[in-house]
Amino acid sequence: MIFEVFRQEKKGQPFAHAGSVEAPDAAFADAWAREQYGRRGESEALWLVPRDAVHAITDWADEFDLKYRRVDGYSIKERLRIARERAAGNS
Amino acid sequence: MDARTEEFVAYVQEGGQVEATDWLPEDYRRKLVKFIEMHANSELMGVLPEREWILKAPTLQRKLALTAKVQDEVGHAQLIYRVAEDLGKPREQMFADLLSGKAKFHNVFHYPTKTWGDVGVIAWLVDAAAIISQKALLKCSYAPYARIMKKICWEESFHILHGRDVILAMMTGTDAQRELVQEALDRWWGPLMQFHGNPISRDEDPMWFWRIKSQGNEEARQQFLEGYVPQIWELGLTVPDPKLRRNDDGVWEYSEPDWDELKSVVTGHGPRSQDRLDFRRRFLEQETWVRDVLAAAA
Amino acid sequence: MRANALLAIADDELILGWRDSEWTGIAPTLEEDVAFSSIAQNEIGHARALYALAAAELGSDADALAFDREPDEYRCAPLVELHLLDWAHTIARRYLYEEADRVRVAALKQDEDAELAGLAAKIDREETYHRLHAEMWAARLSGEPRFRDAVEELWPYALGVLAPEQRDELARRVGLDVVDARERGEHSEEFAALHDEMTEVRRSAPGAQW
Repeated sequence: MIFEVFRQEKKGQPFAHAGSVEAPDAAFADAWAREQYGRRGESEALWLVPRDAVHAITDWADEFDLKYRRVDGYSIKERLRIARERAAGNS
Repeated sequence: MDARTEEFVAYVQEGGQVEATDWLPEDYRRKLVKFIEMHANSELMGVLPEREWILKAPTLQRKLALTAKVQDEVGHAQLIYRVAEDLGKPREQMFADLLSGKAKFHNVFHYPTKTWGDVGVIAWLVDAAAIISQKALLKCSYAPYARIMKKICWEESFHILHGRDVILAMMTGTDAQRELVQEALDRWWGPLMQFHGNPISRDEDPMWFWRIKSQGNEEARQQFLEGYVPQIWELGLTVPDPKLRRNDDGVWEYSEPDWDELKSVVTGHGPRSQDRLDFRRRFLEQETWVRDVLAAAA
Repeated sequence: MRANALLAIADDELILGWRDSEWTGIAPTLEEDVAFSSIAQNEIGHARALYALAAAELGSDADALAFDREPDEYRCAPLVELHLLDWAHTIARRYLYEEADRVRVAALKQDEDAELAGLAAKIDREETYHRLHAEMWAARLSGEPRFRDAVEELWPYALGVLAPEQRDELARRVGLDVVDARERGEHSEEFAALHDEMTEVRRSAPGAQW
């Protein structure tokens, strides 16, 4: 069985994928991953997940260009310039 | 080249990276697996020249440090074989190809180690040459490989420190100890100069074309010379190449490495090639039953 | 605890760690190779700490105690000296040694010498993972005749690791009957070869720094 290894480097940080180990069961995966990813005390914590349990999503539908959901869907510069000019004109 | 492959080439040449689940051109996949496999084989075989010195280490600290270094190399082999496995080649097949000579491993691991001086020279200079190649893989177009290279480079930095410490202890020790270092350096210089391979131009290098490597062979060798010859000379050691010098525009000149020797060695005719493969084969076969038991449990 | 008794334990850890480090690079799987090497390093680390404690009393240092004694001055148990070239025996030895060491370390944690008791507690915490490792393998190999035979073969040697009064407990834990133990005191021929190899570089330049 392949176990994916997710590693947290310091408390508070996200767990990031660090690699994988092949092991017959969770006990072996534990014994082996802790040394492969922690023998220098370099990991705060590890999550071991059987590869089969990982559900990957890599495809997306974005057919109708719903820009409002993204930062690049807004163009503030021009309107801000006009608003500032107006405010300067009023003072 | 079809359109899809052309698109792929443009993408990686602009710095794009791909994952195990992405579509890969067949040529890319083949070259990638071969490259990665040779790297994994090298880490695995690289253990053998050094492990006998674990048993002979002259202090507890050196014994621990050397065991840890060799352990790292096994760990690197594990990381790299896993990447190759996820590209579709089973570990057992890679071991079989290594043992049959179909797959290769780097030249330096085909040579004998004769003294504690070798232990220092390997950790200091051979690992330095390897780190330069490995750093050039940090930006590999194949992301799973690039990612493990980060861990590998980090761990290699400990090896160089250890190597330098071993060398310095001997260079500040007895005359006999200094002689050990010089003698080892004299033997290792040739293989070190061959390590980065023939200086084919980047444009002719498929590893560069596919952005598997980000550096040409000669570039790597120059980096090694620039970084390490001054370190060698400042200790009062000599390099067995009368032509070695740094010219005014910063380029290192040296005697032409023996490319015939390199070819002969990596095709399995090095002084220790066959008996190391035999040693590997013996233990692999002996413990097949263990792997069978583990597989039955999985 | 007297320095000599301390040396016996330190020698056990050093020589077993030395034997276990022989598997670096050639263990059955790469993943196990890495884990097993850590165990070997831990054992040598324990030896180093125990030697340091003994060295204070004997006016020496850890490296001198580890390397510079004559072979017949070492007090290790025959179990750790055996040159075991196959995995079944190697794991059987790990398993038996961890069980014996568990009994021994538990007693050391109660020692009146605070420094030794503290060191034993540290060792015990690290040994937790060694035990998990040994138990995991023992469970996986329990159905293999090779492994069971190896355990039976090494059983008298395992008993020899412990003082006689501690052997009943070991027998209880392992589920075997107490038999005549292979006692400390006499070294095998294998040990002479081991000592030779272990001290080869060091002897080439006595007193030198490395």
